[in-house]
Amino acid sequence: MEDTLLTDWSRAQFALTALYHWLFVPLTLGLSFIIAIMETIYVKTGNLIWKEITKFWMTLFAINFAIGLATGIIMEFEFGTNWSNYSWIVGDIFGAPLAIEGIMAFFMESTFFAIMFFGWDKVSKKMHLLSTWLVAIGSNLSALWILVANGWMQHPIGMEFNLDSARFEMVSFFDVLFNPNAYSKFLHTVGSGYVMGSLFVVGISAWYLLKNKDVIKAKKSMVVGATFGLITSIFLIFTGDESAHQVALNQPTKLAAMEGLYDGHERAGIVAIGQLNHHKEIGDDQEEFIWSIEIPHALSILGFHDMNAFVPGINDLVYGDTDHHNIESASQKMEKGKIAIAALKAYKKAKKEGDMLGAEKALLDFRTNEKYFGYGYLKDPKDIIPPVALTFYSFHIMVGLGTWFLILFFFILYFTMIGKLEKKKMLLRAAVLSIPLGYLAGELGWIVAEVGRQPWTIFEMLPVGMATSQISTTAVQTTFWLFAIVFTGLLIAEIRIMTTQIKNGMEGH
Amino acid sequence: MIIITTLKKVFQFYLEGFQNMRLGKRLWAIIGIKFVIFFIIMKILFFPNFLKENFSTDEERAEHILQSLTTQGDK
Repeated sequence: MEDTLLTDWSRAQFALTALYHWLFVPLTLGLSFIIAIMETIYVKTGNLIWKEITKFWMTLFAINFAIGLATGIIMEFEFGTNWSNYSWIVGDIFGAPLAIEGIMAFFMESTFFAIMFFGWDKVSKKMHLLSTWLVAIGSNLSALWILVANGWMQHPIGMEFNLDSARFEMVSFFDVLFNPNAYSKFLHTVGSGYVMGSLFVVGISAWYLLKNKDVIKAKKSMVVGATFGLITSIFLIFTGDESAHQVALNQPTKLAAMEGLYDGHERAGIVAIGQLNHHKEIGDDQEEFIWSIEIPHALSILGFHDMNAFVPGINDLVYGDTDHHNIESASQKMEKGKIAIAALKAYKKAKKEGDMLGAEKALLDFRTNEKYFGYGYLKDPKDIIPPVALTFYSFHIMVGLGTWFLILFFFILYFTMIGKLEKKKMLLRAAVLSIPLGYLAGELGWIVAEVGRQPWTIFEMLPVGMATSQISTTAVQTTFWLFAIVFTGLLIAEIRIMTTQIKNGMEGH
Repeated sequence: MIIITTLKKVFQFYLEGFQNMRLGKRLWAIIGIKFVIFFIIMKILFFPNFLKENFSTDEERAEHILQSLTTQGDK
């Protein structure tokens, strides 16, 4: 029987480990490229100050990398223990990308990392530079494979469910690899890492300027960080647009929750800022917002690249709208899902009894209703809607922060160019304070992606309640707290070592 | 002979790199402690692979999952 408490604790544990893991990853993704750019300037100019700058940021990169190393492996442990139904069912799809990621990470880390850190005076300048770039590219490619797997969960394609092995089997590697959802997700995710790396460099450099310490190196770092940040913030807008487009096409429930949209309409606007009415229930006629400021037509444009497009709301998706927009109700989908489950059961029985004709008929029934399979496990049509408030606020705060970072990078660069940056104390303080905001924005992005796809682990195929193992809730609770302690310890260690290193200054690297 | 010389050079490269580390030694200590906690304490004590522990063949595992998928759908 589905155990809601077990499911909730398993989800909480996965969320905890994923959120902690994501505290370390974005800095690796972004800082690796910034270091590579700094070293390129050193190699091009031969100016030793750039070598020292590169080595300083490389040390901070190493601290982050060492502390964050293997924090992601915990999630694989959880797959095997807490989410065994899920890991069995997706094993065939996830095997290839995760194996490639593992091999790539191992070779990259053992070879090019070593040259990057140990090889300064042992290999040629160009070989060292190449290694630094390969570390940056390799780290990002490593993220690609993880996001291919995640993108497939958001939009499962290129597979077929095998009724004998109870597994999704890959029928097209290229469909899985070139899943548009995976690519938009990958680009947006690594883009957020680049912005995080830039915020880190700009924020710490700003701290040096405020303390009047290592001023020249801090200013030079600031220019690289802010330029990279400005370019990647613009890149983030485009990849965010593509991500939202993919969500609109494939995950309409997520889009409706992101926008707090209950009644769909043509030429739908985006709520730029607003406060949700928490008394609002699905199907009632209360207002969606207590107050809001809307940008007209923007949601239709963002979601479907068409100003006149219809954007379905939560009520349309739950109750259906077959008359005007060909949207099936959740109840209809649940009925078809139940037919698919019954067909799976009939297939199993027929196979056991050697009734090949019966098995063939059951298989046909299953294939006809396969795309509704997951709906058969839902208890209530309203279950298809993710938590609206959490998704809505996470999305809007993330977008707001992204906009702030763009403005910050622009003004940092502007005042650097006119030589007045050191006098702009408020701006420098804002840059320092923006470091934690960068982390917050990244975490919120993941909350939008993952909470927004509830109730599914595999979108429309496997609800979370069906993905867990039949284990004791107490075991999951125990390991939840164990992880909370270990990861908090790691985070404290990172902050302490990092701040000590920063306080020591940029000299002597 | 060339292979042995190359391997020696690679070994020497890593050895000198590790010997000359300052902050790196502390980081490696953290990595070591973390690996012990993750791979020995947590993995062995708290994270057995549920399907491997409870079922000996893939057929049994598939049967268990199918059972779970079909019986929960009845409820």
